[in-house]
Amino acid sequence: MPADLNSTFDRLRAVYRKALIPFLVSGYPTRERFREVLRTTAQFADVLEIGIPFSDPLADGPTIQAASSKALAQGVTLEGTFAELREHYPKSGPPLVFMITYNQVLAAKNFIARCNEHRASGLIVPDLPFEEAGDLRAQCEKAGVALVNMIAPTTSESRARQIAASAHGFIYLISVAGTTGARGEFAPETLTYIQKTRALTDKPLCVGFGISKAAHIQQLRDHADGFIVGSALVNAIDAGKERELLDELRAACG
Amino acid sequence: MTTTMKPGRFGVFGGRYVPETLMANLIELEAAFEAAWEDKSFKADLAATLADFVGRPTPLYFAERLSGEWGGRVFLKREDLTHTGAHKINNAVGQALLAKRMGKQRIVAETGAGQHGVATAAACARLGLSCRVYMGALDCERQQPNVARMKLLGAEVFPCEGGTRNLKVAINEAIRDWVAHPNETYYLLGSAVGPHPYPTIVRELQSVIGIEAREQFSRREGKLPDAVIACVGGGSNAIGIFAPFLDDKVALFGVEAGGDSPQHGSCTLAHGRPGVLHGAFSYVLQDGDGQITGTHSIAPGLDYPGVGPQHSALKDSGRVRYEIETDETALAAFHELSRIEGILPALESSHALAFARRYLRENKGKTVIVNLSGRGDKDLPSIMARSTGLPARDGGANAR
Repeated sequence: MPADLNSTFDRLRAVYRKALIPFLVSGYPTRERFREVLRTTAQFADVLEIGIPFSDPLADGPTIQAASSKALAQGVTLEGTFAELREHYPKSGPPLVFMITYNQVLAAKNFIARCNEHRASGLIVPDLPFEEAGDLRAQCEKAGVALVNMIAPTTSESRARQIAASAHGFIYLISVAGTTGARGEFAPETLTYIQKTRALTDKPLCVGFGISKAAHIQQLRDHADGFIVGSALVNAIDAGKERELLDELRAACG
Repeated sequence: MTTTMKPGRFGVFGGRYVPETLMANLIELEAAFEAAWEDKSFKADLAATLADFVGRPTPLYFAERLSGEWGGRVFLKREDLTHTGAHKINNAVGQALLAKRMGKQRIVAETGAGQHGVATAAACARLGLSCRVYMGALDCERQQPNVARMKLLGAEVFPCEGGTRNLKVAINEAIRDWVAHPNETYYLLGSAVGPHPYPTIVRELQSVIGIEAREQFSRREGKLPDAVIACVGGGSNAIGIFAPFLDDKVALFGVEAGGDSPQHGSCTLAHGRPGVLHGAFSYVLQDGDGQITGTHSIAPGLDYPGVGPQHSALKDSGRVRYEIETDETALAAFHELSRIEGILPALESSHALAFARRYLRENKGKTVIVNLSGRGDKDLPSIMARSTGLPARDGGANAR
């Protein structure tokens, strides 16, 4: 089992804190700035999610799509990401989770073993529903890497139970039906859906898609274990204000 | 038949690799299609629509003069004579009836050459469904007549500016739209690609082509043809005509688009390797890191780095042979059919014709059926631009 994710959530629960999980697109916006952002983000994060850019993402909205395209155009690869993390990710940094599409996983050689070498505690493969994940899950279990399962608002209750039962690390709760991207306010249904999922499982629940400010976390924090922030962080990086945003989100997570 | 309904696998290929948000839709669609396909009233409704709205059965035409030129016997399955001008309408009317039956009012679709977009727009107009079509910006330029037709039929057309500006990008956008509006939206996918159950639904709806052709040919000739030939982009017209022949002793050839050079085309089966694109495990044109590579073909409907998962299985089993024809050989076949038979074929179908010509050169006196999947009216702007020396808006050699 992925020891560092489990111990992270156990530790946070013991002190009633929520996990802040910032998402960074590898190599964005430039190699130099990414290194700087990586160091800053590591200071604020409980878990850090690194997205490996892909040419044809289906679950991403305009912000992450544009960031991925820009990173790809600069030659960012999985191998390059491993190399950057080896050199520039602080030894004391929080557990890493990679977000990568299934086609990239299939293309990579010895991927799971290499994740382990590079201190990746978990994997999020957004186009791999749990029925199709058997092979990869077996490899991950063997290597002690958590394959993170996702639940969406459209997921039926019986399906959500199955997904939760086979979940490792944490469960990624997609807040709304849609692509990634910063949003205004959450509808009351979002809260109901999170509460319903909470009732199904004791495993850590982390909410992503649309989490873009402290108010969102305050609205949902009693019902989840962590919050994933991607597009809003890309926007903040563009404005040179990532530290301010991370500070605000950190405070909301406790 | 080497086909399956469950669990959506063709050998190792197929499956469903989509964001969790769409899984409920796919499960719902699978159940709805299975129920409709067993329902006599749905089948009767579809049959009446195919007869009276689409214009089926389409003729199996013996191209006598072309046969004389090419040294064999060439039969053309005339899908170009369907309403809206291509085989795409067979699938569009079937899925639109299914969407209506499921109570979905909003249809989204992608289109490459525009033929699936036009067919979907027509089917939606007839059933009173709202219709939004995503189309690559490059394809909007090179298939302008179809953009106008879709608009006149009441569809909203969304040009997609991202990346390669072709079919791949249009599918990305259509899927993202579907992810954002999963409850009310029916995604009317136009080729035999995508996550289960789409490859099966599209094959079943397109099999009418092969069922008719097989029956028409054997009634006329008292036997089966030596070969059946169809072009392959995603592969819907090909699987439609191949499916009823899979258990016969008939050679089957799928023809991929080689573009303007052997290494710069859309030959997914010839040059790709297995991976996941747009929800299915199938052959994919990709680089060593799993990034999807750009494609080129003069025929927008073949300009795609993926292929239907059943074709991948048919390639690996050896039951179907996949060949390559280039922009140049397809254009030559286009002109030949136009002048000799008085039929303007779509540039997609022209790739199948080009291979038929090559096949007969090497196999004198054989009898072939070519799936003439669509008519060439939509291609006039890019063909006229080439023949007058004006810059062709196809992103190809003449445009660079």
